[in-house]
Order: sequence, then C-alpha cells, then structure tokens
Amino acid sequence: MSHNITMVEAVNLALKRAMRNSEDVVVLGEDVGPNGGVFRATVDLRDEFGPRRVLDTPLAETMIAGLCIGMAAQGLKPVAEIQFMGFIFPTLEQIICHAARLRNRTRGRLSCPMVLRAPFGGGIHAPEHHSESTEALLAHIPGLRVVIPSSPARAYGLLLAAIECPDPVIFLEPKRIYRASKQTVEDNGIPLPLDTCFTLREGSDITLISWGAMITETLQAADQLADQGVSSEVIDVASVSPLDSETLLSSVQKTGRCVIIHEAPRSGGVGAEISAILAEKGLLALQAPIARVTGYDTVMPYYRLEQHYLPNTQDIIETVQQTLAFS
Amino acid sequence: MERTFQGEIYLTRYLDSQGTLVQPLPDNPQLAEQLQSCYRNMILARALDTKAIALQRTGQMGTYASMLGAEAIDVTIGLCMQLDDVLVPYYRNHASQHIRGAAMEDLLLYWGGDERGNANPAMNQDFPNCVPIATQALHACGVASAMKIRGEKRCALTVCGDGGTSKGDFMEALNIAGAWQLPVVFVVNNNQWAISVPRAIQCGAPTLAQKAFSAGIRGEQVDGNDAIAMHEVLSRALDRAREGKGPTLIEALSYRLSDHTTADDATRYRDNEELKTAWEREPIKRLQTFLHQQGWWDEAQEKAWHSEVARMVQGAVERYLNTTAQPVEAMFDHLYEEMPASVQEQRDWAQVKAMKGGSHHES
Ligand SMILES: Cc1ncc(C[n+]2csc(CCOP(=O)(O)OP(=O)(O)O)c2C)c(N)n1
Ligand SMILES: [Mg+2]
Repeated sequence: MSHNITMVEAVNLALKRAMRNSEDVVVLGEDVGPNGGVFRATVDLRDEFGPRRVLDTPLAETMIAGLCIGMAAQGLKPVAEIQFMGFIFPTLEQIICHAARLRNRTRGRLSCPMVLRAPFGGGIHAPEHHSESTEALLAHIPGLRVVIPSSPARAYGLLLAAIECPDPVIFLEPKRIYRASKQTVEDNGIPLPLDTCFTLREGSDITLISWGAMITETLQAADQLADQGVSSEVIDVASVSPLDSETLLSSVQKTGRCVIIHEAPRSGGVGAEISAILAEKGLLALQAPIARVTGYDTVMPYYRLEQHYLPNTQDIIETVQQTLAFS
Repeated sequence: MERTFQGEIYLTRYLDSQGTLVQPLPDNPQLAEQLQSCYRNMILARALDTKAIALQRTGQMGTYASMLGAEAIDVTIGLCMQLDDVLVPYYRNHASQHIRGAAMEDLLLYWGGDERGNANPAMNQDFPNCVPIATQALHACGVASAMKIRGEKRCALTVCGDGGTSKGDFMEALNIAGAWQLPVVFVVNNNQWAISVPRAIQCGAPTLAQKAFSAGIRGEQVDGNDAIAMHEVLSRALDRAREGKGPTLIEALSYRLSDHTTADDATRYRDNEELKTAWEREPIKRLQTFLHQQGWWDEAQEKAWHSEVARMVQGAVERYLNTTAQPVEAMFDHLYEEMPASVQEQRDWAQVKAMKGGSHHES
C-alpha cells in the first residue's frame, strides 16, 4: 500500500511494518507508549502491539542502552528511542564498551543487533540540548553503524534496514524535516541498503555531499546553481559510518570539484573524514580544494542565534562559486 | 534470623487540602510573617507562569516548562535557603531562582532562547537551569564537597523530578552524599508525571524517599502542596546540612497541573478526572484559606498584592521584550577564557555573514 506521508510518519510506518513482520521486534524508551513519543514517531504502536512489545521505560538512558544489549544478545530486536540526541551521551559507555564490540570480543559468539533512534539537529527553536548534531562522535566508534535519512522514503527504507541489520545501528532523524514535506512511500517492507550513498541529482560541474536536514538546502542550492548554468551532483551520504567512499570518489572523479555540507561543527566533523578520503584516493582528479560549509566550532547557541549558526542555501551557493572559480 | 535493617518513611503535613490544620503549628515565632511571604511569592510565581505561557503561545518566547502546582515547593526552597547556600536547580525552579536573585526578565530570557538569562551576577554561585535530567544532582554533591573540604557552614540544595530519580546520576549522588556525609539537600518534586510516564512506571518502591535508605541518608516525604510543611521540612534539612549533620532526601508530593511543557499536550495521556481532583489539592488556595482564617491576610491585602504582582510581571515582560538582540559573535565570545585562533577565524566569518548576509564558510 502506498502512503503520502511525512518523514516522522514514515518512521512510524517502518516501525509498524517491522513489528508486524517479526515478533522479536520490541520498541522501548521514554514516552513511546500511550503518548506515542514526543514527536509521535511511535504513535499507535502501543495499541496495535501491546505493552509487552512497546515499553515505556523509567527515565534512564544508560539503562535503555544496556537493556537493549541484553535483549539483542537474546535474539530480540530492540528498537529504542532516545528522546533527543542531546540525551544519548549516557548511553555511550554501553554503546562503545559493549554494543559496538560484543561481536568482536566474543569472536562472533554473541552479537548486538539493536537500533537506537534519536531525533537531532537544530532549526526548530527548541530549548538547550535539543538542537545539536553530534553524529561525528558516533561515527568515530568502530563496530557501529550510523544512519541518517533525509526523506520520508529513505526514512522508511533505511529504518527497516537498520532493524534487519545484524549489527548495532544508531538511527538519527533530522527533526527539522520531520514534517517539512510529504512523499509517497510504498509500504512494501523493502529495506534500502546501508552500505551506499544515494545520488539524488546527477551533475557534471561539482559534487555536493551532505546528509540529513541539510540535504534540503543542498538541493535548493543545486536548483539555483542550475539557473546559473552550474550542473551539480548531489549525494546524500545517508550512512555516515561506515562510509561508502566508492560513490563519493567516483562522483568527484567525474566532476573534479566538491563541497561538503553539514550542520555539525566543522572541526572533526564527518566532512573532515570524507575530505580526507577524497584527498587520499582522488587527489589527482581534484581541480580545486575540497570546501566545507558547516556549523561553527561553538556550543549550539540557544535558539535566538541558531539561524546564525545553521548553514544556509546562500552559504552553499557562494562556496560552490568560489570552488568553481578556483583554477 | 536477625533484622539487620529497618526503615520508615514519614510524611509531614500541616494543612489539608481545605486549608484546615491537621496538627499543631510548628513552634516558630516568625511563622505568620514567613507564611505571608510564601503566599505573596506563590501568587507572583503563578502570575509569572501564566504570563510566560501566554508569551510562548503568542510566539514571543520559546518552549516553556510551567511550574503550575509546584509553587509551594519552589517558593519555600527560595525562602528557606540562605543566600550563600548554592541552588543547583533543574528546569522548573523559576520561583526559587527569582527569590534568590534572578530577575523575572532573566527567566524569560532563558526560555526565550538567550544565554544572558543565565548571566545575571545576582545569581551568585547558583547553577543555571539543568536540562539533562538528574545530572545536576552530582554537581550539588561537588559543591557540597567543596564546602565540606573548606569547613564552611553552607550547603547545596538540588532539585529534580520523580522521573529524575530513575537515573544513575541521581542514585550516584545520593550514594556519595551518604558516603561522605555531604552538606546537601535533595528535593524531589514528585509531580506524579515524567512527561507522559506516570510515577508508578519509574520504580517499584512505594516511595521515592526510601531511596535514601540505600545511601544511608535521611529520607522523608512532605506534602508539597502545603507551604507550612514544606517550609518546616526544608528548614530542618538545610540546618542539618549546614551543621554537618548529614544530607537529606525530601520527596515533595505534588501534581503537575500543567502540560509537561508548552510543547506537550497532556490530554493525550492523562485522565481529566485525575487533573480535576489534583486541582482540589493545589497549594495556593489552601494557604490562602488558612491565612484568612488566622487573620494573617485579608481581602484588602489580597487585592493590593494582585495589582502589585500584575505591575511587576508586566514590567519584567516589557524589559524582556525590549532586550536588544545578542550580536552574532556572542556565540563565540564565552567559549574559552582566551579565544583560540581557529575560533577567532570563524567568529570573523560569522560577523561578515551577519553584516552582508553572505557566506562565512570559506577563508
Ligand atoms: C537525560 C535526559 N533524558 C530525557 C530528557 C527529556 N525529558 C525532559 S523532561 C523529561 C521528564 C522529566 O520528568 P520528571 O523528572 O518527573 O520532572 P518533571 O518535568 O515532571 O518536573 C524528559 C524525559 C532529558 N531532558 N534529559
Ligand atoms: Mg515529574
């Protein structure tokens, strides 16, 4: 069946599909039950699947992550909601010291197929700690997958893939675009691959690489640049760890120029890793330095200044123009 | 078998929901004056709260956490603490923050998305609001450790919600407070809900106060809608802490009469009957009834105070709304004591971008 839905509705649809397909899938977290999650991502799940499989937990993120590890080792598929990415930090000990390495340290005897979902990013005038983008922290953890959708269809397909994945996945949902637009999503239960970037637009002059909510501004920039006669290739990285360097590299080998766009702070961001890979493997194809359009290396400001923090379409366009002007 | 431990939890209450005394008043010559002060501050707290919600609803302020129903708890915290004690709040302590020095416009600024709401020097050594649940409980223990190491007769007081007691941080804080006998008071605003999660889901224990037993500290319950009881229990606990007699966990029983925040809609998960019953036990009415009965407050005072409060709140709102915006570079200026070159570079980009609305990202 096909649905014309927003991204948060697509998350909900994927959760329902996964829970219908397998009794092993359980959803847990703060407010995921009768309230349906603070963003309504788990709405109706409690009614359909009951309190045995949809668990409102006490308020404790370390506990949530630790429970998931035990459940996963028993063959369940826990899909936990961390209410905001800003509250994922208590889970890090469990994630880094256990979830991401259970397979490795038991040489495959035990594994940890769990999913932690968390909304992230700025732009919705939220209180402090509700607007950060710290995907690079998570992408730095070996043994973990970090996946970020940028449209309703990719949210549906990638979340199904995350739930089917035999390894732990952090699934980060860009809340600025939770309800930004609707798209027709086929509820066909078909997952999207976790090991590839998505080329959203083909082009020949420059490669624009982004993920999450910034895909919106990146596509807008590509549109406006097209009016100026610039042909941009737009790539949604989607899985920021492990990275699909093949797709990124072959695009840059074609265009010779590249701008990486992310909302997270600049230093040590996933953009830095992509840039390093492109420099290592594609240096000779590059006709200009790789450029980045990013958030600043500062604490995410309270909401009055957040628009100054967030990169915008104009920033991308100007950076592209500078990159094209380089010779 | 021999018994190796036995614990009991007591609930303190002076006023029932009708404002009737259920036990003799505490022996306190200043009681009338203190309760008038409580009452005046509770009225002010509710007026500010109502205004803050209105500002949010009209797009003039961001998401706001209401203190509706928690006025007795928070006002007595503000009044019972001494100025050189340290308040380590969560995010529902607007009244105590205001009593201790924050201007009302500071509170509005914070919720209005401006860091300067945390910056008023009148806040002394108090910590700013804490959003990551229960993390602040440990800071209070650190503050109390510093006081203990230096042999000072001061103490720290920290607040969290019923949900907050489920976090490891909270239990770790109780534990160290007991292990080191720190001069700290933990207040749990048990308003029965953690967003949509009812108290019963947080833990299997019948009281939250009994978590104190596991840490070897005093634990007690108090009717958090009874300002007399709150005042009495808090004063005792604070005195004990300052005198080096050890920490206390106070579970204040109350009810969140508001939505969790302005971003929440409690009708999705909460029974309206329960809310109606809770309103019958709210803190302001019962104190008002009692004060009138005692002859400690009259209609004329009531009227005068309400118009005074309206004037004060309106003044604060105007000062809030007239606050000039922070310049864009403010987001860099307080990151480090000395600005690193790389940050300075980005600060320059941001300024240029703000001036011409252009790009800042390329050097
Ligand atoms: C570590 C952490 N997890 C989740 C949240 C999101 N959150 C904000 S308030 C809240 C409920 C808190 O309930 P309680 O402790 O009872 O305090 P109350 O708001 O009811 O006063 C939650 C889950 C958070 N702020 N911090
Ligand atoms: Mg609560």
